[in-house]
Amino acid sequence: MQVTKGVVKALVGNHAVAYAVKQAKPQVLAVYPITPQTTMLEKLSEYVDRGELKARLIRVESEHSALASIYGAAVAGARVFTATASQGLLYMTEMLYWAGGQRVPIVAAVATRALASPWSILDDHQDFMSKRDAIWIQMMAENVQEAYDLTIQAFRISEHENVVLPVMMGFDGFILTHTMERVEVLHDSVVDSFIPPRKFNLVDFTDPVGVGPVAPPEDYIRMRFEAKKAMERSKRVIKEIFREYEDISGRPQHGLVECFMCRDADYVVVSMGAWSGDARVAVERLRERGAKVGLLKVRVFRPFPFEEVRDYLRDCKGVLVMDRAYSFGSGGILANEVKVSLYGHNVPVHSLVGGLGGMDVRPLHIQTALENLMEGKLEEERWLL
Amino acid sequence: MINLPPGVPLARPSLGSSGQTGTWRVLRPVIHYDKCTKCRLCFFYCVENTIDLEPNMFPKIDYQYCKGCGVCAQVCPTAAIEMMREVK
Amino acid sequence: MMFLRGNAACPGCPIPRELDALLEVTGERTVLVVPASCTTVIMGDTRGMPSKVPVIHSAFAASSAIASGVRSALDARGEKATVVVWAGDGGTGDIGFASLSGAAERNEDILYVCYDNEAYMNTGVQRSGLTPFGAWTTTTPSGKAESKKPLPKIIADHGVPYVATASIAYLFDYKDKVRKAKEMSGFRYIHLLSPCPPGWRFDAGLTVEIAKLAVETGIWPLYEIEKGKFRLTSISKVLVDKKKRKPVEEYLKLQGRFKDLKGEDVKRIQEEVDQMWEDLARM
Repeated sequence: MQVTKGVVKALVGNHAVAYAVKQAKPQVLAVYPITPQTTMLEKLSEYVDRGELKARLIRVESEHSALASIYGAAVAGARVFTATASQGLLYMTEMLYWAGGQRVPIVAAVATRALASPWSILDDHQDFMSKRDAIWIQMMAENVQEAYDLTIQAFRISEHENVVLPVMMGFDGFILTHTMERVEVLHDSVVDSFIPPRKFNLVDFTDPVGVGPVAPPEDYIRMRFEAKKAMERSKRVIKEIFREYEDISGRPQHGLVECFMCRDADYVVVSMGAWSGDARVAVERLRERGAKVGLLKVRVFRPFPFEEVRDYLRDCKGVLVMDRAYSFGSGGILANEVKVSLYGHNVPVHSLVGGLGGMDVRPLHIQTALENLMEGKLEEERWLL
Repeated sequence: MINLPPGVPLARPSLGSSGQTGTWRVLRPVIHYDKCTKCRLCFFYCVENTIDLEPNMFPKIDYQYCKGCGVCAQVCPTAAIEMMREVK
Repeated sequence: MMFLRGNAACPGCPIPRELDALLEVTGERTVLVVPASCTTVIMGDTRGMPSKVPVIHSAFAASSAIASGVRSALDARGEKATVVVWAGDGGTGDIGFASLSGAAERNEDILYVCYDNEAYMNTGVQRSGLTPFGAWTTTTPSGKAESKKPLPKIIADHGVPYVATASIAYLFDYKDKVRKAKEMSGFRYIHLLSPCPPGWRFDAGLTVEIAKLAVETGIWPLYEIEKGKFRLTSISKVLVDKKKRKPVEEYLKLQGRFKDLKGEDVKRIQEEVDQMWEDLARM
């Protein structure tokens, strides 16, 4: 496809995602406010009110109903969208599993935020990570541009005939949602040709079906097995769609992971989300001093890119995995996944847990941890308190 | 037609979706047609929809699926339906 | 025949007939949204379902919300159809209450039918907010101490265009109400009494008789509230006259769930019914 240069705008994360959603032309949206996603839904309400987005806005009475209502709309053939965070994501968890288990194409944006108790409206990844078993594709953005790009791609990925799975796009609360950055948006016509009209529909009066019935054990486990295969297939589909998007936008899309200075690196830091930017700065500073370090940024968390992570890290002398979520009684969630990727390879993997409850993490924290790792002085698991 | 990848949880309409429910019976409703006035109350009130109407308007019980609950016998105004022991 | 034979309903369960009667009126362009309830099981499994119209199974609390979404999607593609929520009393008045109230407040264009068997029957007869005073359930073995949640009135207070009560013994009244509701738009609510032989402890053949006595004793008034205007229907019209109402005992004595009611409890129930009719007469 021809590269049609986009239009440059200055947008905060929430508005960039709202803009992407508007271009994807969903027909039904569910809105329920929760910090830090509220301004996104306000912007979408504005679009609908002004007629720029022809969609039905269901102003539901809870997040559980938000996902339930767009589940119903998606099953009945509409393209849908909702967004939430933290407690809201937890409240709609029952419906997340319904959507995933039923294999319904839905796109939801999660403005990541810490979980109560104790209360915090600030950023971490606990909410997003806790949904990793719900049969949803999960992708995370590093900056506002990625949040915009991933949202557009999400609609295409979820409706793809080899995938047919709901997709969750995570981006850091406040750090991205409320931060204004330079964003290059595609022209409406380019998005139109990138996302074909939706064909998924389960309400057909000439072929009536029951959606989500009781399943005896033989059927239940077979259906879960098919869902697993769909997840595996989606890896290839996601990479193809990223490549196609690269062609039409003229901007590199990187794939399931992004390697930043990591090809010849002895020590690599692995991260997801906005603080990957801080990790980049730490890596650049250490490189200036001659240290062979690099960053491996995970963009797609589910399905987890085991092969890519293994291939980039197998020859490292040490790996530092940054986690903004934790599996209590086990360990850093991303760290554990990286350890699985490197099973059988003799690479020490260290865990850096920080940023919980919005705790500020600076490049210096990451740089220090990397230095300690290179000196052999780093604990197996360090918490940035 | 609904066309989906394999393994999506769906069900299609089916007669006898829970089997031959007539085998559940302990008592079987028997219509004494000499007492039947064709009022059709049994047909209206059969909770399982297992009573059909013949062209001559007499009710006919579908014993393949009738569960033997006895509602028809209760609503019949002339006591034309008798619940008898199911004899296998 | 829109609801096929050979389904999993208990012998004497009125649900298959209630659903068939509903679908006879709403026709094949109906989408049923069914939350967790007896109907979920009656609706078969992946090997086959007794419904000849599309069914969307729903999480317990979500049926009104799912129906709102289905309605929006059908509207978006210009498809004419009736979206019906078919939910039990628990999924309506307890766990589903928030989404029910939200949908009513938004005046969602759906037809909501609550089939009230007055307890969580699918899980083995546990009390719900709609279990009546004095009824035995596994979680109220000495009889429920609280009164029944007045759902139709609560929904009517939301200002929706149509609220009605119905009983399976008065089939034509029920179908007329469904027919009337089908032609309207906005949030329409029908509260249908659905006696349950194993749950209420009565012989399976007495279902229709008990549904009839509920109305004849005045315990279950048949009425409709159309755009705020209250109107009694069917035989309930004449039951304003206390002399025409059968004593509540006739209804209670047939059901095992009321067998441990003391004399004063029966008296209380009678008084509450009489009081309710005095209020209804004024409406």
